[in-house]
Amino acid sequence: MDAQLKQRIEGLIASSPIFVFMKGSKLMPQCGFSNNVVQIMHALGVPFETFDVLSDMEIRQGIKDFSDWPTIPQVYLNGEFLGGSDILIEMYNSGELREKLAIALAS
Amino acid sequence: MVQPEQVRQAIVNALPDASVDVEDLTGGGDHLQVKVVSAAFSGHSRVQQHQMVYRALKQELASEAIHALALQTNTPA
Repeated sequence: MDAQLKQRIEGLIASSPIFVFMKGSKLMPQCGFSNNVVQIMHALGVPFETFDVLSDMEIRQGIKDFSDWPTIPQVYLNGEFLGGSDILIEMYNSGELREKLAIALAS
Repeated sequence: MVQPEQVRQAIVNALPDASVDVEDLTGGGDHLQVKVVSAAFSGHSRVQQHQMVYRALKQELASEAIHALALQTNTPA
């Protein structure tokens, strides 16, 4: 992967404890899976930042290579890849996500 | 679009012991729900488990033959 692209992605991920690569914006998600993640974050009332991959083809492909993950959305917590929509839903339903975010945001 | 059987076969090729359930959510063959149960997932995180399945479907995902894939992975009970 291009070093400059990698650096850009790392910069985005580091810009907020919870960072979401998604299609569309928080206010106007452009895909049902991205919307799932936004709704979960709203339900948990946690602050998060997003990047619209539809606005940038380089990041859209780059984040897939970076995370070794072929789909969008992608959620990062304190620099660690947490998963996509399915994993987030599973963790939300089990209560694991609430706990994990509370701990991460407190530190 | 892809046939559910083609998806099942690609996963079983990568994870021979896997029990795979593919549901075509729209009938269009590009929105799929896939449940995979395999002992090979044992000791791997959920992210790693999904990566193992994604790798098996690399070609179908890269060509966007599969547009949306809802994935659930488990180890045998």
